Amino acid sequence: MHIPDGFINAPVSAAAGVVAIGALAVCLRGARRELDEQTAPLAGLVAVFVFAAQMLNFPVAAGTSGHFLGGAMAAILVGPYAGALAVSVVLVIQGLVFADGGLSALGLNIINMGMVSTLAGYGVFLLVRKLLLKTKTGIVAAAAVAAYISVPASAFFFVLEYAIGGAGTFSFNQVLAAMVGVHAFIGIGEAVITALVISAILAVRPDLVYGARGLLPNLELRPALSANPSNSSDSATETSSLHASRSAE
Amino acid sequence: MTVSARNKRVAWIVVVGLLLSSVLAGVVSFYASSQPDGLERVAEDKGFLGNAQDSATKDSPLADYGVKGVENERLSVGLAGLAGVGITLVAAFGLFYALGRKRPEDPDSVAASGDDVTATSNAAG
Repeated sequence: MHIPDGFINAPVSAAAGVVAIGALAVCLRGARRELDEQTAPLAGLVAVFVFAAQMLNFPVAAGTSGHFLGGAMAAILVGPYAGALAVSVVLVIQGLVFADGGLSALGLNIINMGMVSTLAGYGVFLLVRKLLLKTKTGIVAAAAVAAYISVPASAFFFVLEYAIGGAGTFSFNQVLAAMVGVHAFIGIGEAVITALVISAILAVRPDLVYGARGLLPNLELRPALSANPSNSSDSATETSSLHASRSAE
Repeated sequence: MTVSARNKRVAWIVVVGLLLSSVLAGVVSFYASSQPDGLERVAEDKGFLGNAQDSATKDSPLADYGVKGVENERLSVGLAGLAGVGITLVAAFGLFYALGRKRPEDPDSVAASGDDVTATSNAAG
C-alpha cells in the first residue's frame, strides 16, 4: 500500500510530512513510557519482522496481491506509540533504501500505515477485548478483528488524501469502493498473521504482550514492598514474592 | 523464575524471531506474489497509475528489493531481504534501546520494570 511519488500533489504531501513529523514526536515521548529493558528488544524485533513480512505479497484476487501492514500487531505487542514507531522505521528504510514508496510521499505513508493502522488497530482491539472473555483465546480473537479492520482503515485514509490532493479525475465513491473492497480481502491475511504472532508470544511470555497486561493470571515477580515487613534480607524478599498473583485489575 | 531467567527467555524470543524474519526475507520472499498490490490495482483500474513517478532513490543499490548487479533473481531478492533485515535491526534496536533505557536517576531498575507493568495496564484499561 506504499504510495509512490506523483499520486498525491506536492502541497498535500508536504502537509502530510509535517503531520507525520508531529505524530512521530508524540510517539517518541509515548514510547519512553511503554518501553523498558525487557520490551525494547521486543520492539526492535517487531520492526524487523514487519520489514520481512511486508516483502511477502500474497495473492488476494485475480491479478492482485496484498501484504502485511503490521500496525495492529505492533501496537498490541509493544504498545501503540512504540508500535507506530516500529512500523515507521520500516517505512523510512523502505523509502530511502529500497525505493518502495516515494520520498515526497513518505509522510503520507507514515500516516496511513504507521499511524492509522496502528491506532485504528489498537482502538478496535481495546473495544473488542472488552466484549470477549479475558483469556488468551479472547485476546487473540480481539487482535485478529483489530488487524482485519486496520487494513481498510488505512486504505480509507489513502482515499481521503486522494480526494484532497489527487492529481486525476475520478469519482471519489468509485475509488473508495475499490480501495476498501480490495483491502477487505487483504485484511484477512493481516488478521491471520497477527493472530499467529500474538498467540505465539502469549504462549511463551504472556506478560510481554502489551495489550494483555493485567488481563491474564500470571506468575509475576513483584518486589515485596510491605507484604512481608519482617523479612528484610534480599533473598528472603525475592522468595516470598515468587508466588502466583493475579494482577490488580 | 528469576529475573535473569526471564531476561534469557526474552533473548530467546528475539533470537528465534530474528531467525524467522531472516528466513522470510532471505528465502521465502522469492516466492512472494509479484502481482500489483491493492493500491496499484485500484490505481490501474481507476486510471491514475500513470501519475506515479520514479522514486528519488530508484538508483539505490537495493532498489525494488534486488541487489544491483546480481543477475540471479533468487539470490538478488534474498540478499536484499537479508540486507533489509540487518538495516532494520540496527536502526530499530538502536532507537528502542535508547527509548527503553532507564534514566540514571532511576533508583532501582529491576523494581521499575514491575512498576511499569502496573502503570501501563492502568493507563490502558
